[in-house]
Amino acid sequence: MLYVLQQTLNALQLGSIYALIALGYTLVYSILRMINFAHGDIFMVGGFVCFAAATYLQLPFAVTLLLAMGCTAILGAGLERLAYRPLRDAPRVSAVITALGCGIFLEHFVLWLSPYPQHVPALLQNQTWSLGGLSVSSIQTAIVAIAVALMLVLDFIVQRTMLGLAMRGISMDMKAVALMGVPVDLVISSTFAFGAALGGAAGVLYSLAYPVVDPYMGVLMGWKAFIAAVLGGIGHIRGAVLGGFLLGAVEILVTAFLPSTYRDLTVFTLLLMLLIVRPHGILGRPTLQKV
Amino acid sequence: MCLLEIQGLTHRFGGLCAVSDFNIKVTEGELLGVIGPNGAGKTTLFNLITGVYRASEGAVLFRGSDLVGRAPHEIVKLGVARTFQNIRLFKELSVLDNVRVADGVHAGYGAMDALLQLPRFRREESSGRERSMQLLERFQLDEYANTQARHLPYGLQRRLELARALATRPKLLLLDEPAAGLNVGEVDRLMDLLREVREEFRPTIILIEHSMRFVMRMCERLKVLDFGTTIAEGTPEAIRSDPKVLEAYLGEETPR
Amino acid sequence: MSTPKLHAPSHRHRKGMLPALLAGGLAASYLLPYFGVLSPYVQLILISVGVNIILTSSLNLVNGYMGEFSVGHAGFMAVGAYGAAVLSVNVLPYGAAAPWLFPLAIVAGGLAAALLGCVVALLSFKTRGDYLAIVTLAFLMIVKSTLENLDVVGGARGFLGIEKLTTLPWVVAWSVATIWVIRNLVHSRYGRDIQAVRDDEIAANQTGVDTRRAKVLAFSVSSFFAGVAGGLLAHHLQFINPRMFDIAKSTDMLVMVYLGGIGSLGGSILGATIYTLLLEALRPLGAFRMMLMPLMLVLLMLFRPRGIMGMREFSWLLPACDRDAREAAASDVDKDGKA
Repeated sequence: MLYVLQQTLNALQLGSIYALIALGYTLVYSILRMINFAHGDIFMVGGFVCFAAATYLQLPFAVTLLLAMGCTAILGAGLERLAYRPLRDAPRVSAVITALGCGIFLEHFVLWLSPYPQHVPALLQNQTWSLGGLSVSSIQTAIVAIAVALMLVLDFIVQRTMLGLAMRGISMDMKAVALMGVPVDLVISSTFAFGAALGGAAGVLYSLAYPVVDPYMGVLMGWKAFIAAVLGGIGHIRGAVLGGFLLGAVEILVTAFLPSTYRDLTVFTLLLMLLIVRPHGILGRPTLQKV
Repeated sequence: MCLLEIQGLTHRFGGLCAVSDFNIKVTEGELLGVIGPNGAGKTTLFNLITGVYRASEGAVLFRGSDLVGRAPHEIVKLGVARTFQNIRLFKELSVLDNVRVADGVHAGYGAMDALLQLPRFRREESSGRERSMQLLERFQLDEYANTQARHLPYGLQRRLELARALATRPKLLLLDEPAAGLNVGEVDRLMDLLREVREEFRPTIILIEHSMRFVMRMCERLKVLDFGTTIAEGTPEAIRSDPKVLEAYLGEETPR
Repeated sequence: MSTPKLHAPSHRHRKGMLPALLAGGLAASYLLPYFGVLSPYVQLILISVGVNIILTSSLNLVNGYMGEFSVGHAGFMAVGAYGAAVLSVNVLPYGAAAPWLFPLAIVAGGLAAALLGCVVALLSFKTRGDYLAIVTLAFLMIVKSTLENLDVVGGARGFLGIEKLTTLPWVVAWSVATIWVIRNLVHSRYGRDIQAVRDDEIAANQTGVDTRRAKVLAFSVSSFFAGVAGGLLAHHLQFINPRMFDIAKSTDMLVMVYLGGIGSLGGSILGATIYTLLLEALRPLGAFRMMLMPLMLVLLMLFRPRGIMGMREFSWLLPACDRDAREAAASDVDKDGKA
């Protein structure tokens, strides 16, 4: 029983990181129907900003987190402005390829700055509390708490503010919303910024838990978070959160019972099976083809 | 001779009954019009005949065999072709290749013939090409043969869709609002074209249309749908004065 | 429309161009190294150009002509590589002694990949677009992790001791075969069906296209040649491991396809050649090279979103009758221009 609880904690920690990244994919997808394949690398940049801030500037954790989120937000909005916006009317696949290219560029740019994996110094003092045999670390608590707080903030923005209303409007009909006088470009830029900031935050939380950053760390994490988004139903904000936690749980579950080399195999087999049964994710609705 | 007989055709989307208990007999060579307000189930009827949807109940007997449950491409091969309400061409393909896709339904060569460029492949390909080209000429589209379909002006796109449907050599042709979006002059030309098509290819035609002028001039018989049920049937003259039809189109009449 | 007659003589001598080019290339690839004209280094580069041409044109069939977004091509390649390697090392270990065993192993690897391609095609009946992209990704990851956990083929450490059987003439022959087969397929009713599915699946089905057959055909032919490329690579490097066939490998192929242009075999040949040669030429730049390549890709997409060729085709890759038509059309335009 204790063991199960302990693993649940681990699953929550991993899941909240996946969920944060998955939100970035889903936000962009819901408004532009575009998969931002550079998003995993934005997560990686978040990790590196965290590394730099902690190593060279020795900033306190809260400032580091905000700095990383700020940098990645600017990066996300910048990518949109420079690389994706000119392609908004081009074949959809051109934008996807551009995103792939941007991702590879980010990886190699960081690789050029820092050819070796870097160790991130401890950002928070780690305390371990024992609750009736269950050991809860302060880092674990902080990761889950920050992630959940960010999700709540995002949910508030999307559901309760004018900006969120504009975002939801664009996701339904961009042209109509533009005719209503909504500054579409601005809303899209801020959506990218929000998504990227969440990815950046995930990068910081990740380096809190696993304190090594390397330029390629965003590739597999990015793809997996993307899968989390698809699991939940891409384009659905709550689906992304659900998918993230689900993926974290499955991964922890698999590593608890099988050798760790079977983790990816199981996760992807499950994904495939789920897509066969529910081709549009758990919360997604199939789009009806009109004839 | 009866080409198409539909018996008790019913289709439900969830709780909504889009088509209910539809019956009809269409004789060979006839031109039947189906009219009705938006959402009356006209396009759904076409989708049921061509196999896009599988009917909940009923039978679609085409030359004696039931089409319900057959794959759409098999239905085409049996001799049913259609056009779409909102034009659906193969946009990136050339005008000629749009027709060749349809013509390919009857091509008599297999994958191996194509991969190894066997004589049968070359023969069939060049005759198919010839046929498609002739069809384009017939529809005055030959000068656009190598243009991508998406670059064609709207009126010509409608015409190409008709040519593509005819390239499958249909016995039954389903036209879904062929005059939609055309101006008066274009509609007149379309009517002339349709008359020529009937002369030359002799297909049986069912057409959905909102343009009353078009329907009244072209169709021998009309069927009026509303909320999935047939509310009237008969010659255009009879339909024009049918109170039920007026009600469906104009709403409840003031006391009679 | 009397122009085709006028042009007839010029086609006749052009008609033999494709076969002549092929025979010439094959002879050159065999003779030049034999007389020591091509240095081993140049041969090495040519081999990787050839393998990339096979990969790119086969991926173009699914991603370009059929308009899906498969990211699983490296998975098919892996299946072909391991299939061929197992066959030539464990089952038929006398490959060098009997030269016909090598093509047999390559074909077997290709067939294994094609079989899996059919499975993915079955999945593509239900899902399309972004979700199918995920299916192919999941497929790739499953293949890779399965190989990592299969101790019979060396697991994560990799598969060693493969004989060096891949030579330049073999690579040229297979590249030519790939282009020839895909070109013949694309310019037949099967290829037009595949492209019709890309443009509008429902309209295609309603025009008599057996969309399922089109999908199975595209996926199986495409993955067959990916498997062939894998087999050639395995017998070239003499060592393979699962990490070689990861997402980055698929990304490389995607870049080559979209660089050259979707829906164009000429584009695939150009894309693969330019990408491979450029990567090689920029080697002195070190770390900058890896930044420059994606940057160029992004710039290309911004200024030419459809790639270098963008749905156009070299006329020597077109079948004879379409070539005539195009020239006739071109000469009509000429006449109009002059008049």
